[in-house]
Amino acid sequence: MEAILTAVIPVVIIGVICAAVLVIASKVMAVKEDERFPKVRECLPGANCGACGYAGCDGYAKALCENSDTPTNLCIPGADGVAKQLSEVLGVEFADVVEQVAVVHCSGDCEHTQDKVDYQGIATCKAAKLLYGGKGSCSYGCLGLGDCAAVCPKEAICIEDGIAHVNPKDCIGCGMCAKECPNHLISLVADVKRVVVACSSKDKGAVTRKVCSGGCIGCKKCEKVCPNGAIKVTDNVAVIDYEKCHDCPDFAACARSCTTGCIVIGDLSGYHRVKH
Amino acid sequence: MTKLIIILLSAVFINNYVLSRFLGICPFLGVSKKLDSATGMSLAVIFVMLMATAATWPIQTYLLDPNGLGYLQTIVFILVIAALVQLVEIVLKRYIPSLHKSLGVYLPLITTNCAVLGVTILNIDEGYTFIEAMVNSLGSGLGFFLAMVMFSGVRSKLEGTDVPKNFKGLPITLVAAAITSLSFLGFGGVIENLFA
Repeated sequence: MEAILTAVIPVVIIGVICAAVLVIASKVMAVKEDERFPKVRECLPGANCGACGYAGCDGYAKALCENSDTPTNLCIPGADGVAKQLSEVLGVEFADVVEQVAVVHCSGDCEHTQDKVDYQGIATCKAAKLLYGGKGSCSYGCLGLGDCAAVCPKEAICIEDGIAHVNPKDCIGCGMCAKECPNHLISLVADVKRVVVACSSKDKGAVTRKVCSGGCIGCKKCEKVCPNGAIKVTDNVAVIDYEKCHDCPDFAACARSCTTGCIVIGDLSGYHRVKH
Repeated sequence: MTKLIIILLSAVFINNYVLSRFLGICPFLGVSKKLDSATGMSLAVIFVMLMATAATWPIQTYLLDPNGLGYLQTIVFILVIAALVQLVEIVLKRYIPSLHKSLGVYLPLITTNCAVLGVTILNIDEGYTFIEAMVNSLGSGLGFFLAMVMFSGVRSKLEGTDVPKNFKGLPITLVAAAITSLSFLGFGGVIENLFA
């Protein structure tokens, strides 16, 4: 018994002393923190994707606490759910989040285009891009090595038939893939049913035609049929101005008129819409 | 003086905590992916090793040994080191927030790092004086730093290589760690004869 006590008592005493010192230190040297910060931070999904424009979720939470003018609807992956929670915690009015999904502006899969070289190097798009602009015959197209799929936090991107495909049902719209793509083929669009130009080739029509049967040749047919004037061919590729592309009386006329079929109707009902 | 230099150099090279004694393997594999996080972790380890030795050596010498409580060494050391790290964290957060932020999550992680406990216990086992113990801790920390920085270099090379699928990730990292630790075998016997 005595042996146990001589062992236990010193350890307990040391423990109590340590605890007392820690308690005193944490009281004396407490750092003042905005008490809303942990609550605000908890609302955010913690993906640290940077879609809000701040350095990660911590940065956004800090900005929300310190500056009451910071909009609460910047978290795209969190969507309306997070915006609602944020407006509750901060006591401001709820603002709707424009949910977005990523789309790949390239249709150069094995069916439409060919590789010009057999690339054996480091298996990332960035490395392949350095070597004569990639292995595909179109230097603007998807390199197909999956840098975007690697950064996707939701595994919403798969590489099929040599190009990246985004599954909008899983896409949370964080935009990490868009930042990663060395050819800047991925952009974020609002997640409603709409038309998408699946080509980014700035080559002249004849060149595009030669390397890829699915590419935009810049024929301007879509420009003419669009009732809202939302499509413009710039740098030999059709670009849709989504500000104007809505309430279309003749929906997807552009897609039907497209000679190469590079304008596609995408049901972009994304992750958020399916979930909520 | 010569003895101190021998202790320092042998702690860094011959008895390197990671590569020869195989202590602190967890951070060695976990945070050696990037050079900056490896450096941050190592600096935190050096700091904590010095603080822990400064706290545990007097406790062992003036408290445990005179009272015949040497067998409580491990548990008391763990207790003291954990409390110490927490205290250091509180102090840093208050007075040097920038350092606190750059050490980040590594500081509390080190609380239960076996390299830190190992260095404090080995200091006692080797019968070092206080100064020698501090020098040994510094050397051990520097050795950890060296191993981390070296290995993060090795790993960044590994990133760009085409590794067989079965070896991808941790397996090839372990193989690389084994080869790196082999290189430290070469230092055996060098330091003792340096001043002979």
